[in-house]
Amino acid sequence: MLGVESIDVCFGEKRVLRDVTLTVGDDESVAVLGPSGSGKSTLLRAIAGLVPVKSGSIRWAGEDITKAPTHLRGFGLMFQGYALFPHLDVFGNVGFGLRMANVPDGEMEKRVRAALELVGLNGFDRRSIADLSGGEKQRVALARTLAPEPRMIMLDEPLGALDRTLRERLMVETRRILSDRGVTALVVTHDRDEAEALSDRIALMRDGSIVQTGTLVDILAHPADEWVREFLG
Amino acid sequence: MKPIRWGHLSVAAVPALFIGYFFVYPLVRILTLGLSELNIGFDGVEARLFQIGWFTLWQAVLSTVLTLLAAAPMTWAVSQYEFRGRKLATALVTVPFVLPTVVVGAAFVALGWRDSIGAILAAHVFFNIAVVIRTVGALWSRIDPDLHDAGRVLGASEWKVFRTVTLPLLRPAIAAAAAIVFLFTFTSFGVVLILGGVRYATLEVEIYRQAVTLFDLPLAAALAIVQLVGVTATLYAYSRYQERHTSTWALRAEGDRPKPEGRALLLVPVSVIGTLIALAIPVIVLFARSLRGAAYAGLVREDPVVGTPLSSASNSLRFAVIASVIAVLIGLMAASVVTEGKGTLSRWFDLTLMLPLGTSAVTIGFGFIVALGEPVDLRASFWLIPIAHALVAIPFVVRTTVPTLRSIPAETREAARVLGASPGRVWREIDLPIVSRAALVGAAFAFVISLGEFGATSFIARPATATMPVMIVRLLSRPGAGSFAMALALAVILAAMTVVIVLWIDRLQFGEIGTF
Repeated sequence: MLGVESIDVCFGEKRVLRDVTLTVGDDESVAVLGPSGSGKSTLLRAIAGLVPVKSGSIRWAGEDITKAPTHLRGFGLMFQGYALFPHLDVFGNVGFGLRMANVPDGEMEKRVRAALELVGLNGFDRRSIADLSGGEKQRVALARTLAPEPRMIMLDEPLGALDRTLRERLMVETRRILSDRGVTALVVTHDRDEAEALSDRIALMRDGSIVQTGTLVDILAHPADEWVREFLG
Repeated sequence: MKPIRWGHLSVAAVPALFIGYFFVYPLVRILTLGLSELNIGFDGVEARLFQIGWFTLWQAVLSTVLTLLAAAPMTWAVSQYEFRGRKLATALVTVPFVLPTVVVGAAFVALGWRDSIGAILAAHVFFNIAVVIRTVGALWSRIDPDLHDAGRVLGASEWKVFRTVTLPLLRPAIAAAAAIVFLFTFTSFGVVLILGGVRYATLEVEIYRQAVTLFDLPLAAALAIVQLVGVTATLYAYSRYQERHTSTWALRAEGDRPKPEGRALLLVPVSVIGTLIALAIPVIVLFARSLRGAAYAGLVREDPVVGTPLSSASNSLRFAVIASVIAVLIGLMAASVVTEGKGTLSRWFDLTLMLPLGTSAVTIGFGFIVALGEPVDLRASFWLIPIAHALVAIPFVVRTTVPTLRSIPAETREAARVLGASPGRVWREIDLPIVSRAALVGAAFAFVISLGEFGATSFIARPATATMPVMIVRLLSRPGAGSFAMALALAVILAAMTVVIVLWIDRLQFGEIGTF
């Protein structure tokens, strides 16, 4: 279980996250929903250890990991722009995390193929990253995040860069993949439908603070304030 | 975040210590040594400094003006017109620029032109003409031709349009090219040492004479200070000029060049072929005269004074390999620090790295013999020569690799970290494979620089460690037709090695040769 306890993140003088508290239960999927610039991506980056936390703590299963270096946290993060490695092919990208974990070659090959099959990219192993379409890149990024079987995966606007038809198709598919695997997930999005489709519970974020948490139905029934009503409206 | 910072610090420490101990510290020693000499102020020293400084200055100014004039016809032709062989012609004029200065000197000696100011000026024009053609030509081809036509329609003659429209627009490029040529000729060493005889000495040559032949280190240090002041003043003046005169208006993307017609039908081929023939003469004569009297066979024979001349080739190759490895290792570390870092410390670091570029190689070599005698006497060490070469090459490695490293998005490295790569592993798995091609180009540059390096090497090479340029100068300074022909033969071999590697760099298609 992930426990974020009243963390603050500052960029210079600017407080980007203010007193953010959030929990993600085992096998639960939580979406952080908010307008762009509200600090959603920074929250993911803080949990991943890519930006330092000024105060507060981040815990996993009770253990304080606030100061742990990124590569030892064992979380997966799918970047908004995918951040695929341009010098490696599809296999190299998906197998990267397994290689870092010193998984033996044979085992690695099996798991890469399984991850590619899961996202529907059988036989793409040797394709170059440059030759992939936008939708294919999204799936490779997802496979790369899932392959090492991280204890939690974080998705930053997972469908944000895609056109509408593709989005709607991949939304359903991504949800299926997540529930097939039964993973703990934290999804960041500015899109209400995406948040609803990909998560069990929603945390609404505004100007670096969490305004309200709950299921979409609950929040719609009892919006905390006028802004929430309008934003979801 | 803390452990990452420490890692960075240790990566930054290696290049900082290297440059600090082998460049900054010797420079400081020269300064203290030279300033004490200037303070004494005994008779004649100032007068001598002034006389040599004055010669250095006016020959550099004259060389620069002559180079600009000599380059004008070819610059006009290749930037304004399209014709068969245009690219080849542009590539060919670059060949003299990549030749080692000692080879250029030898070529003009082969022409029978020695001990004269004319030979020095001609060699400087030969060596630097590509700088002007490439720098000015690049801008000229981007000036909107409508401006020229507008001037004509308004009633200006062809010459008047050139003077009132084209020339003012070209001024930034002309200033840039002139600054580079001035710096090269102001710090010219190999060419002047070979062609100047006893009568003509630039500051560089005089530093060498005083330090190596007459062993007057304080006077040599005083000369080095005068030289440093001159170089710094030039760089400062140029950067001030650049700040005030950067204009990109009136430029367009490089468009299609017209085919020559009218008067240009005659003038273009005359300009291009004339320039190429003039540049080819020294090279052809060098080659032809090297064939006389079994000079190549003589290179493998043991000589009682200089040893086997061709053994200098194996020295050169060995030093070039070691220098390239050092330059790439340290250059890559420096480049990754420059890329990662932000703020004043990183900028300061960046500037320090470029310092050896602005300093003459003679100063580097002289600094070694002044400063590296203690605590451990490194002056006779085998490693000193490749270290000197690496010092000269590091700025080139940094400059070829930094743009590639900068092009890697931060997210790519972060993705690797999230997937479990430690900071060191990120560098090995992401940065290194992506930058390897640029690093290879940097290594090749370092190799070529090392092969041709003469200024620093002349101070620290021993008879047993003579490199090809050092051996060429030694053979040239000996009387006798045999030695003379052997010097030319060795120069031909060195030139061939250099050109082959430069062509290979060009094949890697990474940037253009002759960009500065």
